[in-house]
Amino acid sequence: MPEIKVDDSKCKGCYICIEACPKKCIEISKEFSKSGYYPVKYTGTDCIGCQQCARICPDLAIEVYK
Amino acid sequence: MQLLNKRPESLVDMKMHYCPGCSHGIIHRLVAEVMDELDIRNRTIGIAPVGCSVFADKYFNCDMIQGPHGRGPAIATGLKRTTPGAIVFSYQGDGDLASIGMAEIVHTAIRSENITVIYVNNAIYGMTGGQMAPTTLIGQKATTCPHGRDAKLTGDPIKMSEMLATIEGAKYIERTSVHTAPNVIKTKNAIKKAFENQINNGGFSMVEILSTCPTNWKLDPVKSLKYVNDNMTKVFPLGVYKDSKGGE
Repeated sequence: MPEIKVDDSKCKGCYICIEACPKKCIEISKEFSKSGYYPVKYTGTDCIGCQQCARICPDLAIEVYK
Repeated sequence: MQLLNKRPESLVDMKMHYCPGCSHGIIHRLVAEVMDELDIRNRTIGIAPVGCSVFADKYFNCDMIQGPHGRGPAIATGLKRTTPGAIVFSYQGDGDLASIGMAEIVHTAIRSENITVIYVNNAIYGMTGGQMAPTTLIGQKATTCPHGRDAKLTGDPIKMSEMLATIEGAKYIERTSVHTAPNVIKTKNAIKKAFENQINNGGFSMVEILSTCPTNWKLDPVKSLKYVNDNMTKVFPLGVYKDSKGGE
């Protein structure tokens, strides 16, 4: 199954990946990152590996695996 | 598990200083991906502007020069003429290119210097704190026009792509945007075409990219993308403005 991994040290919490995801499988984490943002995280289901989130992420924080 | 989106080699693996949601990161990545795909990293020289992307030299893993405000195309001219084998690109914002650097960009296009210009248009001065830029939309608020830009007082936004497309020496001019994933792909193709134009000695090429500035627009990153779609693309229509086949 495809999945995404978010690098918490790079994510600045702009959440445009959440908007870009066609399956809505990215959510806001409840824990602070070291830089003081609420990073995004993968909900754990439904990822189809389309890479739209990774294409729109300005901070290259998302890695897509298949 | 196979990694589908490998970080481009032409981009140094470090956290960028840009604000959350700023499009500079996307555009940096696209330029780096194109450098990787065309395998030109070892002979590319980039010129970082004055503006938010002043630290672009830290992020691109190729030779870089940081130029004075607006003078990117002038430096690129000298570089390209003295080292014709190098691939030279100038990365500039709208305050840099459309305001103080207006003379340089126009004359570089008129001479049809064989360089590529990446023009990031976010309709505001970002680094200096959100002043009105030549590209600020009518009615858009900025710190130097708190009631919105008034055309009677300050004129209309400058449309660089349309202007430069009238110049004979400009060979490839396209305006794209990065507000959705499909547009990001289109932008990458445009950047690739601009670099290929230079590799084929085609002459002056420029890609204008509509970008966001959530901090100074005082909008959140998602609303900023919507603002680009709803407002900016109306004033700055996307598309190819010039594509003449030059080269030897």
